[in-house]
Amino acid sequence: MPALEKRPTRWSPQRRPFLMAVVVFLVLCAVNALLQPTFLRFGVAVSNVSAFLPMALVAVGQTYVVLASDIDLSAGAIVSLVNVAVVSIVDGMGGSAASIALGLATGVALGFLCGAFNGFCVAVLRFQPIVTTFATGIIFSGFALWILPEAGKQVPAAVYKAYAGAVVAVPTILWMLAAVIAFAAFLARTAFYQALRATGGNIQAAYQTGIPVARVRIGAYVISGAFASLAGLALVGETASGDPLIGGALTLSSVTAVVLGGTALSGCVGGVAGSILGAFILGMINNVIFFAQLPFEWQGLIQGVIILMALAGGVAMARGKAS
Amino acid sequence: MGRFVALLKRPLTVAIAAILVLLAGGELLSPGFASPRQIVTLLTIAALLGVVAAGQNLVILGGREGIDLSVGGIVSFAAFLAGNIMRQSDANILQALAVVFGATFMIGTVTGLGVTLLRIPPLVMTLGMLGVVQGGLVLLTRGVPSGRAAPLLSRVVSDPVLFGLPGIVFIWIGVGIALTLVLRRTAFGFNVYAIGANEGAATLAGVPARRTRMLLFALSGFFSGLTGVLLLGYTEYVFVGAGDQYMLPSIIAVVIGGTSLAGGNGGYSGTMAGAIVLILLQSILTTLNIPPFGRQIIFGVTLLALMLLYGRQRRLRG
Repeated sequence: MPALEKRPTRWSPQRRPFLMAVVVFLVLCAVNALLQPTFLRFGVAVSNVSAFLPMALVAVGQTYVVLASDIDLSAGAIVSLVNVAVVSIVDGMGGSAASIALGLATGVALGFLCGAFNGFCVAVLRFQPIVTTFATGIIFSGFALWILPEAGKQVPAAVYKAYAGAVVAVPTILWMLAAVIAFAAFLARTAFYQALRATGGNIQAAYQTGIPVARVRIGAYVISGAFASLAGLALVGETASGDPLIGGALTLSSVTAVVLGGTALSGCVGGVAGSILGAFILGMINNVIFFAQLPFEWQGLIQGVIILMALAGGVAMARGKAS
Repeated sequence: MGRFVALLKRPLTVAIAAILVLLAGGELLSPGFASPRQIVTLLTIAALLGVVAAGQNLVILGGREGIDLSVGGIVSFAAFLAGNIMRQSDANILQALAVVFGATFMIGTVTGLGVTLLRIPPLVMTLGMLGVVQGGLVLLTRGVPSGRAAPLLSRVVSDPVLFGLPGIVFIWIGVGIALTLVLRRTAFGFNVYAIGANEGAATLAGVPARRTRMLLFALSGFFSGLTGVLLLGYTEYVFVGAGDQYMLPSIIAVVIGGTSLAGGNGGYSGTMAGAIVLILLQSILTTLNIPPFGRQIIFGVTLLALMLLYGRQRRLRG
């Protein structure tokens, strides 16, 4: 009897599933600050954000797909493909300003294209999302290996200097993060976003109320592809070189970040803010383990246990009494 | 006629047809591909994937986004554990089996607890568990693999038993018969399909949904453990990350075999055929003289083509 249940208030965990992520994040920050005294310095904070940004970008894109109750297991492969494509174009054309512009544009276009292909397979051909995006991921990383069989090639210093530099006294990376948040805030107010959540909540009902379900799902995959391509560009700025395997680990950890951030894999519930936090939490766990100077053989186990605990805590809190 | 068409459309039929087409294609592309010796090797490798996929199949049948990403890690873990307890001595086999099966069943149980009691989605719970198992393995091995199979285990796994087929193939067939009987003829099997199709209705009808689902994950752990032992018998040495290759292929074998990822629909016979299809495909691509990127792209495109044949989901209209 849903009507008899206590209605969640504005700030109850059910309405704000990412509150737990905030708590976990703050705890990790406190631990990190204890282990690394320079943690709160602006420069260190910026370099942390810069290290976490690629994962956060993939997680943001993944969130839209997950909100529609789908999943994108090709995101990491798109990151790799864009990364090597951009580096190869810039390197192949001699690193001129025009080559950089062309490289960036091609990278983003590739992301859109890959996302659209995923969306077409899942929404139009009605393939199962997990297996489909796994298969397309294999294809995308095949193309990445074709373009650049092994890590190498370089971009001109101007690229990574611009990425690590500042615009109007604010680091480029923070501008990028702000742009992502602004985009997400804008998107959350659109009819598309409501249609996305409706599709994730009950696809049959959404279809029957006239929501263009297929278009909405394709849209989500395109956004995911676009964000994956941005992550690929960020990695070009971060590493200044190409690596056909660089995105591999991002796929599954982006899903973990999304769930840590309180978005339900069953769709409809959640949001981008949580996913960014989730990505930061995963990065902070790495930091804490690094600065705790644990023996290397313990690191994997401790990291796994902390992630499981964070998941357990987050899901338990988000669930509350609502279910 | 209608029944005939329905039979043709069955995933098992499609998978068997795919096996024949792939065998013929392989023989055309590289003569000797479909030779008896080659087929025995293929079946041996398929048996390893097939036994992992047995657990994967159970978890997926149980529904509620059931999936197990920890299988590969558990296979590696089990192979390491078995190799280090056996240390080339037949006398230690029983002890090794007891420890490995106990440990992997426990790991699966913990995963099941996380999924049922804490309601962590299986995808991330098993991914988290994978991290813990891999981390635990690094702690135990300190990065250096060790351990060797007992001679008896290697003989049981690799030596021909009947018709030139090695023991592992018969173990796989045994797993297939046992699992199919359990799924089709026991109350537990009935419960699995019930919670997979509609957990709410099943619970109202008195099916112990939580206990059943927990057991599914525990059994998946057990089957991964069994695969680890068989893999050790096959390779004789322990490799780092020997089982990692099974994570996603085990899911694909299940899906190609016609079990719906939504749960409650499918069975193990299709999965067995699916495992053979995957191994055939991979080995054809290996025998073809094309660079790795080309292999990857063809593999991905073939998977999509298989989805086109029967992996499609229902229409929203009608």
